[in-house]
Amino acid sequence: MSVLVYTESENGKFKKAALEVVSYAKAIADQMGTSVTAVAINADNAESLGHYGASKVLSITDDTLNSFNAKKHAAAVEHAAKNESANVVVLSSSADSKYLAPLLAVGLEAGYVSNVVEAPSSTSPFTVKRTAFTNKAFANTEIHTDVKIVGLSNNSFGVVESGGTATVEAFSPELPNSGVAIESVDKATDKVSIADAEIVVSGGRGLKGPENWGMVEELADVLGAATACSKPVSDLGWRPHSEHVGQTGKPVASNLYIAIGISGAIQHLAGINASKVKVVVNTDPEAPFFKAADYGVVGDAFEVVPTLIEKLKAFKAQNA
Amino acid sequence: MKILVCISHVPDTTSKINFTDGDTKFDTNGVQFVINPNDEFGLTRAMWFKEKQGASVTVVNVGGAETEPTLRKALAIGADAAIRVNVEATDGFAVAKQLSHVVKDGGFDLIIAGRESIDYNGGMVPGMLAAMIDANFVTNCIGLEIDGSNAKAVREIDGGKETVNTSLPLVIGGQKGLVEESDLRIPNMRGIMMARKKPLTVVEPTEANSETKAVSFEKPAPKGAVKLVDAQNIDELVNLLHNEAKVI
Repeated sequence: MSVLVYTESENGKFKKAALEVVSYAKAIADQMGTSVTAVAINADNAESLGHYGASKVLSITDDTLNSFNAKKHAAAVEHAAKNESANVVVLSSSADSKYLAPLLAVGLEAGYVSNVVEAPSSTSPFTVKRTAFTNKAFANTEIHTDVKIVGLSNNSFGVVESGGTATVEAFSPELPNSGVAIESVDKATDKVSIADAEIVVSGGRGLKGPENWGMVEELADVLGAATACSKPVSDLGWRPHSEHVGQTGKPVASNLYIAIGISGAIQHLAGINASKVKVVVNTDPEAPFFKAADYGVVGDAFEVVPTLIEKLKAFKAQNA
Repeated sequence: MKILVCISHVPDTTSKINFTDGDTKFDTNGVQFVINPNDEFGLTRAMWFKEKQGASVTVVNVGGAETEPTLRKALAIGADAAIRVNVEATDGFAVAKQLSHVVKDGGFDLIIAGRESIDYNGGMVPGMLAAMIDANFVTNCIGLEIDGSNAKAVREIDGGKETVNTSLPLVIGGQKGLVEESDLRIPNMRGIMMARKKPLTVVEPTEANSETKAVSFEKPAPKGAVKLVDAQNIDELVNLLHNEAKVI
């Protein structure tokens, strides 16, 4: 019996979400009186997962796993879960983890619940709280199978250092052939992705045109943030679809979400509701976003945003 | 090419979400139901394969008779036939299991579903279905071309996209990008009239247990009032974000 956790890394370095899922797995293991085994693939410093609660790390080194392949990665985790007789498998909510989770669920005959936001409220029956209706509600969901798969919503539990140590074992799972081969990858390496971002700066139709996005990008730059946009802006082609956040776009669960010139349609608010602190800048004090935000500035974005950039630069210089 | 498009019957995106029976059931009172937006992008792409490459397009839903208007809408948009598996959709696993039988019985080689439904957001049906029928699988799919039995798909990844080569049989988890918003079709009168004559077959379910159960629902705690900062005093905003919210 144990809790198994799949940790993602990029170029050998663990992602922040990996440290969060290990912390979360540790909380479940404590509830169940068991320990955490992590699966790490082509990661350096596998033993560092001990700080976050892993007792053991199964470390896989395999060049064929350098780029993500859902079927192969799912098989690796499945093999590890079976070896460890894991009762619970924890994954993140990254695009890759959500891709492999259903394959793993069928392989392990495990019930899978995604978008979980808290440690289980009960381990018998195993009950977790997840978001549903695109963040408009939560569903307390029981998993009835012997093996359970929990997909943790990013940024919902946080990274918790528990200061333990982990033993590292080399692990070589058998991998299946995959019928999906990568031809090319187009990824901006100098930009923060919305999924990984702690801060997201988002623009709406209030910015009047794509030529005015310079200040949004500059604000994002100063904050180390990702840029996003509302649905009308992506439909108008001002910004790429990949930046569209909301009910039919990407969900956002950042620590800080800054909405500039976005009125706050119900579909938009649903998609960004999981963000912890929301700031809105809008000329219209009646914009629905003000009801959903923590902080608001009623004013012209073309004046407020440049001032905010200047003030933040001064703040960063002082606190550097 | 025989395409099966999986259609979820979901509350319209503008719906207010409420619960009933002691917060154990979704309250459908006054709610307008639509084709799940992620599925509609897939359906529209399937129409393109039908018109340009001679594919046949069947739509399927797992659910009660109340979902039939949603299937009729898909027929009005241009699908050739519809199947309804006559059982309540209890969880993603049970739905995938029902769909796996529909795929095997119908000999479909391209199955297009949405990457997730906008009601329960499970995001598991397409992947589970692919694993059950041993098909290739691409989710978060924003581009798809088919040439014979070969497929080229574009998948959105965190921070970018990747292009992959694969082959039929194939399950796709689609989303916006598969077609553009402006490509979506509103059924016209002729389509609606024709849809009435197209076959909508009701099949009885095979046995499939649910693995999970939503036992209760709750809504997010009401939000406190917004703290307004004067546009002339942006220093105060920086101060609040640093000292009060502690996010910068």
